[in-house]
Amino acid sequence: MKFREEYRDPVAARGLSEAIARIVTRPWNIMEVCGGQTHAIVRYGLDQMLPPEVSLIHGPGCPVCVTPVDYVDKAIEIAGRPGTILCSFGDMLRVPGSGGDLFGAKSRGADIRVIYSPLDALQIARRAPDREVVLFAVGFETTAPANAMAAYRAKREGLQNFSLLSSHVLVPPAMRAILSAPTNRVQGFLAAGHVCTIMGFDEYEPIAARYRVPIVVAGFEPLDILEGVYLCLRQLEAGRAEVENQYSRSARRAGNGPAQEIMREVFQVVGRRWRGIGEIAESGLALSGAYRAFDAEERFGAVLAREEVAGECIAGLVLCGDKKPLECAAFGTRCTPEHPLGVTMVSSEGACAAYFNYRRTAAE
Amino acid sequence: MMDDAFALSCPATSPEGDLVLLAHGGGGRMTERLLDSVFRPAFDDPLLSPRHDGARLELASPLAFTTDSYVVKPLVFPGGDIGTLAVNGTVNDLAMCGARPGFISAGFILEEGLSIALLTRIVISMRDAAQAAGVRIVTGDLKVVDRGKADGLFINTSGIGSIVAPCPVEPASVVPGDAVILSGDIGRHGIAVLAAREELSFESSIVSDCAPLAEPVLALFAAGIAVHCLRDLTRGGLAGGLVEVTETAGLAVEISEPAVPVREDVGSACELLGLDPFHVANEGRFLVFVPAGQANAAIEILRRHPVSVGATAIGTVAACPAGQVTCKSVLGGTRIIDMLSGEQLPRIC
Repeated sequence: MKFREEYRDPVAARGLSEAIARIVTRPWNIMEVCGGQTHAIVRYGLDQMLPPEVSLIHGPGCPVCVTPVDYVDKAIEIAGRPGTILCSFGDMLRVPGSGGDLFGAKSRGADIRVIYSPLDALQIARRAPDREVVLFAVGFETTAPANAMAAYRAKREGLQNFSLLSSHVLVPPAMRAILSAPTNRVQGFLAAGHVCTIMGFDEYEPIAARYRVPIVVAGFEPLDILEGVYLCLRQLEAGRAEVENQYSRSARRAGNGPAQEIMREVFQVVGRRWRGIGEIAESGLALSGAYRAFDAEERFGAVLAREEVAGECIAGLVLCGDKKPLECAAFGTRCTPEHPLGVTMVSSEGACAAYFNYRRTAAE
Repeated sequence: MMDDAFALSCPATSPEGDLVLLAHGGGGRMTERLLDSVFRPAFDDPLLSPRHDGARLELASPLAFTTDSYVVKPLVFPGGDIGTLAVNGTVNDLAMCGARPGFISAGFILEEGLSIALLTRIVISMRDAAQAAGVRIVTGDLKVVDRGKADGLFINTSGIGSIVAPCPVEPASVVPGDAVILSGDIGRHGIAVLAAREELSFESSIVSDCAPLAEPVLALFAAGIAVHCLRDLTRGGLAGGLVEVTETAGLAVEISEPAVPVREDVGSACELLGLDPFHVANEGRFLVFVPAGQANAAIEILRRHPVSVGATAIGTVAACPAGQVTCKSVLGGTRIIDMLSGEQLPRIC
């Protein structure tokens, strides 16, 4: 298939793996930001194709994993109100709030619909004018434009019964937070290709310069990731710290103008707490003043910040790249996808779920 | 277009209108009328016509006996409907026991307000599916529940078949060294149903693989292939089927990812929706565990039948690690294949 099989070619993969081995002279830690990349790495065993000097560290780019528990609680509360329909991507339904998840709420009678596009939620709102339809708007810069488009259209159509519970987050502030941490081990990044397709990658240039880290915009297929690692290592070995684009078939330096425009129209940048990580300044998107009427928090009350209960789960350390899933004492025993202690074990993009699904033999 | 112009139709509707009413389940005249207008014309079998409480069967032992309930949304999807599923599902379960499907029962739970035209269509699908699979629908039941208490209709079918396999066809018969054969490409049914759900603005031309599987299975036995185990792939997908057999057998299976056929459009749809085709539902695919030496002969036999024309070897059985299915990726890396804890959920981005 076009744009799929050719990026999974075993001969080309071996070639890249050998090229990597040839240029590496010392240990390096590279973080892949996106959970989709983490899954591809573990699924295809890409880390096993790298020389022992190269460690891949899994980053915070799992939208489900970093959505704060109080937003999940708020979504459950809204869904439980009579006359409301909560629309969510499937991933979010299994994410535990402080007292249960959306699946549980659904079983107790809440009307929760799994959608595949935010515009589906809009369609549900149009067809059910007597119901309040709330879109649980979660994710990074990749999902923000489509959610923004839903709000934009709702406003233009004068749709009174539609609102968004927005818990959007942004990648660059998280990268800065990781690089600023005293425990940071990350020496180079694979940036998320899809985020850069929307946002471009000029905003990463100040990060590369300030923290002296190479940042390679990379795709999600095996060859994308191996080539991204190769380009990153080539910079590290040469002492360079630049932004480089491996994913040129999709990402451009300036990104997608209209997508950014609609995000600016609908959202404003705000401080956001990340689950397991904490507050990061200017790291989230909330509805802007002009769209206040479509803000579910305006309609159903603000999300109340809750202290996260510190348990056995080390998801925060996993999300920051300080620990690998297999370093967790609860991994695969007290924490499994069926009985997760943390969100990284729940989401299909979570690093712990990736290891559980594909790597248990290594743990045993 | 000519066909449309000359299509004959009957515009008359029953006095109650064209929806199922609670009274249709009351066991009185209305029930009889529904049976007479919808069910009896389709399920026209001498064993049904005595209108007795049950069917009297003449059977040679040993027998396989199975039951399954069918709930699907939407009721009609590209390549079939809940009726085709209900017949083929039970026919296939019998075939997987190494049996020739003989007789099936059909229990219907209808939701008040269901369109009788739709019900008729589904009943006719069941008739056609039964004819195609060579089974007889010989007894049945009908209930109607309040609106909102069922998703249109639910169907339960049970089936009886005569076992033709000379040895038990079950996971316990699988031995290390067996070849694992898959009867065709995977994931069509799950994607076809997903695409047919009206809340999805996702279009595709993918048609469900829903089909009766007894014919190729019986052909294997007729040819003297020493089939150790059969497993049809249903809602748990290929992964579910492999893990069930492997765990029950207490053995290990290693499959090769590139050997597993996935049609290009199914693969693309999975890619878009964030689904793994290994976990997507099928309704017309099955696994065959046979001694390695008979694998090629078995594949050749399977390929003679349209429903298993894509049969191919995908892996082998080993002794350990017990209960584990592993998969060699296209790049040579190995990963575990497991059942999902719940249903597969499309991811956010």
